[in-house]
Amino acid sequence: MATIVLKLGDDISTDVIYPGRYMATVLPSETPQFAFADMTQFNAKLKAKEIPAGSIVAAGKNFGCGSSREQAASALCGHGLTIIAEDFARIFLQNSINLGLHLVICPGFAASEGEEIELAKETVVNKSSGVSFPILQLPRARQAIIDAGGLIPYTRQRLLASTHRAP
Amino acid sequence: MGMTIVEKILARAAGRDTVKAGDVVEPRVDLAMSHENGALVINQFLEVFKDTGREPVPWDPSKIAIIFDHRVPAESPKTASNQKKIRAFVARHAITKFHDIRGDVGGICHQILPENGYVRPGFVVVGTDSHTTSHGALGAFAFGIGATEMASVWTLGIAVNVEVPETIRVNVTGRFPRFVGPKDLILHLIGVISAQGANFKVIEFYGETITRMSTSGRLVLCNMSVEAGATSGIVPADEETLRYLRDEAGVKEKLVPVTADSDAHYVRVVDIDVSSLEPQIACPHTVDNVKPVGQVAGTKVHQVVIGSCTNGRLDDLEIAAGIVRGKKVAGGTRMLVFPASGRIYQKALAEGLIADFMAAGAVVMNPGCGPCLGIHEGALGDNETALSTTNRNFKGRMGNPQSEVYLCSPAVAAASALTGEITDPRKGTGE
Repeated sequence: MATIVLKLGDDISTDVIYPGRYMATVLPSETPQFAFADMTQFNAKLKAKEIPAGSIVAAGKNFGCGSSREQAASALCGHGLTIIAEDFARIFLQNSINLGLHLVICPGFAASEGEEIELAKETVVNKSSGVSFPILQLPRARQAIIDAGGLIPYTRQRLLASTHRAP
Repeated sequence: MGMTIVEKILARAAGRDTVKAGDVVEPRVDLAMSHENGALVINQFLEVFKDTGREPVPWDPSKIAIIFDHRVPAESPKTASNQKKIRAFVARHAITKFHDIRGDVGGICHQILPENGYVRPGFVVVGTDSHTTSHGALGAFAFGIGATEMASVWTLGIAVNVEVPETIRVNVTGRFPRFVGPKDLILHLIGVISAQGANFKVIEFYGETITRMSTSGRLVLCNMSVEAGATSGIVPADEETLRYLRDEAGVKEKLVPVTADSDAHYVRVVDIDVSSLEPQIACPHTVDNVKPVGQVAGTKVHQVVIGSCTNGRLDDLEIAAGIVRGKKVAGGTRMLVFPASGRIYQKALAEGLIADFMAAGAVVMNPGCGPCLGIHEGALGDNETALSTTNRNFKGRMGNPQSEVYLCSPAVAAASALTGEITDPRKGTGE
């Protein structure tokens, strides 16, 4: 069981997730303080550690659109959040897989803030409404990166497996 | 079945005869671009090599480009220290495609790459910036990636596990009316297909209007393709591409355009006739909230911004200067002009455009990303409105979530600076 701690609409941009003025902060250990920085109440709860790891941010379509800034993924990752959205923008999806942010693609997902959900491998069940929503699996090309624990270990494996690198 | 341009480029780069949309390939990268976020790339790159016993040396420093543009000159000790860290890395690995904060060769990455001939038709270009899509204007496949993925590219020289995208074909016909141009076309297209309409797809641009369009205009189309979610925009390389690269970018090597097969498969075809297109405005807070200028004319504007990787090129400045020349920016409205590169700034100086802007009351800033993403200059006050030739109007984009940003062409921006409200340049220039 996990709680929906934030409900958002469509086209949530990386400017909303991680405002551009904090982009000089780059290290994954430092970015979480600026997650949703312009949503001051939610940001304050995150910083006060009032949001337990595993909590859910639910959104509509095209979550993470806009800038390629990886801070958007690392900031959310640092709080242990899971993002359930109807779909994700390409670069944000890839950044999240690369860094290990838990994304769930769930077309038609409907829930409100404060509701409890149960996250299984192939479905999300809204415990309040009792409605079950099928999960779309991530593109198969990405699975190897997830299995390796992220793109850094994956690349390290590839580096060590190669006697020489691409010319 | 025949191949689209992106299929052909990825087949070549992956060493295969053919690929089709949905295939997973690992293309060799021809150019890998970063800006100040190179500081994070370096961090992740060193992390990859940690405890491997291997020397952390990039696969091919000649294919790495680093351009300082997002925070120039540095706005904070933190940024200055990031830039310093990057300079040291650049020197250690002899990265030659490095553009520091300079008036002669500096500027915005998406102008510096084309004007120096770093991008060629058929290239696979990756950049740690979402507007890397711009470089499809030269017939390349160019897409944005995150910093960790760039660290992987620096390590392996390939982009790992790339799914070959499907392609949307956009056919454009007709001649632009006066004061209507590429920016209006791309805003109109985004309005039609939506901010998600090209997610995970490539947009190829065709038609007589595109054939006649300068590389500068094509860069506008491909730059903003990402605002429809596209992985890349691509204009097939043609005579104009070769002219630009030879005559303006000084490229001497043989260039080989990549074209789509006549029986290539497109998931969607969009036809647009620009001959009756009106100036377009993207209204707050999404880029696909697009309306003809007439529907928002009269909206009070506190700040007008002309510049950026979208519309900071010489032809943009010429259009804007032509409108404000001999006139005055309205009281209560600030007009900020950011040429896209030092080279463009110098040409604008030589043509007298900078003098025109300053005499009208505009402030001409140094080349760079400027106020576009709300980092360190040109911030908006609470409840203020900006009208900008940049590419994004998301809530908080220019640094203040209590402000609004409208997007438009240089002609609309300049005409509106004179009146202090959103103005149709076909009516408002006093001619």
